[in-house]
This record gives sequence, structure tokens and C-alpha cells, in this order.
Amino acid sequence: MSTADMKVYRPPVIDIIEEGDELLEVAMGPHHPSTHGVFRMDVALDGERVIRLKPVFGYLHRNHEKIAEKASYLAAMPYTDRLDYFCSLTNNWAYALAVEKLAGLEVPERAEYIRVITAELTRIQNHASSIGFLMQEMGASGTPLMYAFRERERILDLFEELTGSRMMCNYMRFGGCRVELPTGWLAKAQTIVDGLPKFIDEIEALLTGNEILMARCQGMGILKPDLAINAGVTGPMLRATGVNYDLRKVDHYGIYDRFKFRVPLGDHGDIFDRYMIRVLEMRESVTILHQAIKDIPAGPIMDPKSKIRGFRPKPGEAYGRIEAPKGELGFYLISDGSGNPYRYRVRPPSLINLTILEDMCLGHNVADVVLIFGSVDIVLGEVDR
Amino acid sequence: MLGEGMLKGLAETAKNFAGSFVSKDRLTTVQYPEERAPVIENTRDFPFLVYDGADDASDEAKLAGLRCVACQICEKECPPKCIYIVKSTDKKPDYVGKPQIYPARFDIDISVCMSCQICVEVCPFEAIKMDTEFELSTTDRFGGLLYDREQLARSNQHYHKIHPTEAAEVDARLAEEKAKSEAKAKAAAEAAALKAAAAAAPKPVVPAAIEQKEPTA
Repeated sequence: MSTADMKVYRPPVIDIIEEGDELLEVAMGPHHPSTHGVFRMDVALDGERVIRLKPVFGYLHRNHEKIAEKASYLAAMPYTDRLDYFCSLTNNWAYALAVEKLAGLEVPERAEYIRVITAELTRIQNHASSIGFLMQEMGASGTPLMYAFRERERILDLFEELTGSRMMCNYMRFGGCRVELPTGWLAKAQTIVDGLPKFIDEIEALLTGNEILMARCQGMGILKPDLAINAGVTGPMLRATGVNYDLRKVDHYGIYDRFKFRVPLGDHGDIFDRYMIRVLEMRESVTILHQAIKDIPAGPIMDPKSKIRGFRPKPGEAYGRIEAPKGELGFYLISDGSGNPYRYRVRPPSLINLTILEDMCLGHNVADVVLIFGSVDIVLGEVDR
Repeated sequence: MLGEGMLKGLAETAKNFAGSFVSKDRLTTVQYPEERAPVIENTRDFPFLVYDGADDASDEAKLAGLRCVACQICEKECPPKCIYIVKSTDKKPDYVGKPQIYPARFDIDISVCMSCQICVEVCPFEAIKMDTEFELSTTDRFGGLLYDREQLARSNQHYHKIHPTEAAEVDARLAEEKAKSEAKAKAAAEAAALKAAAAAAPKPVVPAAIEQKEPTA
């Protein structure tokens, strides 16, 4: 296909500006109370309506990729915790998966189950707090977020008991996991998982039928499936538009083909669908957790071929990707046979989901921009890296 | 009916509010400086150096008991490079009695440390472990957060107190190693005694092999 045949995508232009009209340009952020994180949106307004929106990234740039290329393979693992600091365990998994592909390491059965359990717990706490933040941005200060954080805290306590840290877990290793589950951990996890449906019911009773939420979310910030696919949007954002694409089903990484779960899909691609998808995904994660905790076998948790020091995979390249709570998280690595990667690249779901922010916001009021931005569910640590 | 959803939500909030007076489960916050949540056993914060000896030992005794042999592996593997080690020029016996180099300087800049515990994982001598102490704020940005050997040294008892399961495993492993090295030393001593006895006996004449060195190119 030549470039002439390719359809160049341009955001829709709203021709409501008349000759002599003046636009108000507002810089929302990087220190604006309504944006979570250091992120700037340069918005051009006609009255209350958004005419143009330019996202400005990079306030939290920390040179992640270059640091990882200078450090050893293992030393990059704690840095991946700091990408999306809400879901460090899924970040660990994606990086470990890429290195395992590169070095040809096998993950023992038990370690795979531990990875699934921790990843699904991560998904639940991420979605819960993401819903809480969305409500916070809608003006429901505190209450939904507090309930979400109460549940998140229980899950983080589990993580702390297992990995030693609540958020910066640094738990997975190439070819397995770092430490064995402490005694009684699974029983505790089971108790918490058993209590989760009650919490999701509570969140639903609190929010789903709420008229203000419906009025502000339905039909707002609509994303069309073709644009979502073209822009590379993944995760709950994509599924809310009705596209059936979940890497757990598509890619069969880990042991996800052993579990029975459904992929919730949206209809309209608006904010309400995104909210609903997250609630339904939490319910599906609970069913996966029930199955995984029931079936987890005994056995080793590390591949005996794996070693901590002096890890040098043979030259080659690998791309490992997983369905992180926010979308497809991928790590692309090129090895030249030395102790540190020649090239290390992160495919961050947050950044790529954020690129279509302008298309979703055009024509809406400035107060809704904050809401649409919140519904994307981003973490700036991952956007800017 | 318009407003039904909101009323349902308010009922949920009211349930939580009223419930917090009767149920401990619904009270989720802790009034921090006065009351504290219990510390979870596996919690990690910043690294410390383990020494064998009493909790209230003098500084000299602390430094003498350090397990660290200044191999500098942790310094090399540390992702943010916050460990600084200077090797000693002399040697002193370690826990199995073997003469070893010790750290003349061992500094950790905890303002840089990111608590990843990779130093603990790579240490072959069980010399560095993670502490659980977190109230370390200071008004001095530079010197106050650069910990030296004396500040980093904690006794093995302290380690047992904060991470009992892990410490017991480590002690068992060290005891095994020590027993092994003692057995080896004993075997070596016996072998030496045998050899000495053999040397005392008359030797059969063996023509000495003449080493021919290749001329270096």
C-alpha cells in the first residue's frame, strides 16, 4: 500500500468559530487540583466548549529506558515497579515474561499460579481505586474513593506480607518468583477474595444507579471502535467500545487458558461503559482468583537454570506482553550477549490510551474534560517513564 | 423515580457510618502517631549490616562482629548505586575463623536507596538484611541520611526480632556451613597428618619431570 492510499487521520474540527471570535487558552495542570498527576492539557475554549486540546507529557520523565540499558537485567526489575506504581506486580510479570522469552527459561507451575493470583489481585485494587478517582473527579469527594481504598488496603497488606512492600513489590524473578508464599497466606487471600463480591456490590449500590453519575457519564467522551483500534488503545478503554480484545484470551500467556472467565464488553464507548467494564472485570477477576487459589499445586517456584548474578542471555530479541489492568503492557528487549540489555523499550498502556484524549474531549464542556481524562485511567509514572 | 439511585447510595453510606460505631471491621483508619498498625513480618525498609554479638555491644565490638567481608557484590548490583565500600588492607577472622578482609568504610545513602532488597539477595555471606524501621526523617539532607558502618550495624538478635522465620533459616544455613567447614578443616588436618606420616616413610625414587617452557611469542 502506498502512502497515497493510506487514510491520514485528522481529529474532527469544529467549525463554530466565527470571524472575530476569540478563544480562551487555558493550561490545565501540571499542578491543577483536578488532574491526577503532573500532566498538562493546553485547552482552547470557546466559552465552555473545548475547541482544541493539546496534551503535554514529560513532567515525570525519569529516563527509565536508558537506566535499564545501563543496569543489569535484574537491576531493571525494581525500576519496573515505578512505572505504574499502582500495579507493580503486573509490571514485574511483563518484564519477567520478556526476559524469560529472551533466555528461554521455564516457569514452574506453582510460580505461574502465584503470578496469576497476584496479578488478579492487582487488577482488582487498580480498578477499585480507578473508579474511586473517577468519582473524585466528578465531585464525589472522598466517600467512593475511601471505600475503594479500604479494600485496596487489605490487598496491599497481603502484598506486603508476601513481597515485603505494599506498592514497590519487586517480587517476580526471571524463571519464577522471589520467595515462597508465607504460611497461611493463601488462607488470608481466600478470606479477602471471599469478601470482595460484597465490596463490589457495595460500590455498585453506591454508584451504578446514581442519577448524577449517569447524567454526567452516559454519552460523554465517546470513543469509536475504529479510532480506538487505529490508535492502539487497549485494556478496558478498548473493550468499552465493544472490541473483544483481551490478551489473556488472545495471547494465552502464563496459564490463563486454564481458567474460566468472561470478557465484559461495552456498547457505546462512553465513560459509563468504561466504569461498568471495570466493575465487571473485578467480578471476573474474583472468579479467576477462586479457581487459582483452589488449584494451586505444591512444588518449586524457581527455574533451576535461572541465576541471580551474572545473568547473560544469548543474543537475540524478545517481546513480552501481558494484559495489565490498564491495557497491553509490553517490554521489548534486545540482547547482545552482555549483562545488560542492548535495547530496552516499554510499551506503556497509559501513554497510548492517552493519545486520543483530544478526540474524546472535542465539543464537550471544560468540566467534562477532567472526567474524560479520569476515565482513561492513567498513571503518570507510566506515561512519562 | 428520579433520585432513587442516589437514595440507595446514601443508604449505603449511612450503613457504613452507623456500622462504624458497632463494628471494628468498619473502622479502617488508625490515628497514626498515637496508635500504630502492627508491623507485618516480611516488611522491608532500608538495609542494615548484621553483626554477631550482643544488642548493646560497644562500637568496636559491633564492627568486629560484622559478617561483611567487603566483597563489593552489593555495591556492584545495587540498582541506584547507593552503597559505598572501601576494603581494608589487613585481615581478621570471620565467623568460621577464616581470615577475611573487612569493610574499612561501608556507607549507604538512604536518601538514594529504593528498598529493593537486591543487596540482600546477592549477598553470599548473609551480612546485609532489611530493617523495618521507617521513622528516619532528619533535618540534615546530606550527612544525616548517609549512614556509616556504626549506624548500619544491627545485632543478629535484632534480626531475629524483626524477621523471626527468615532469621531462623539463615542461622540454620550458617550453622550448617560452619559445621561443613569445620569437618573439612578436620579432614584436611587428618590428611595432613597422614601425608606427614607418609613423608616420614622412605620414598621411592621417581625421576623428576622436567618442565619445558615454551618460548613466549
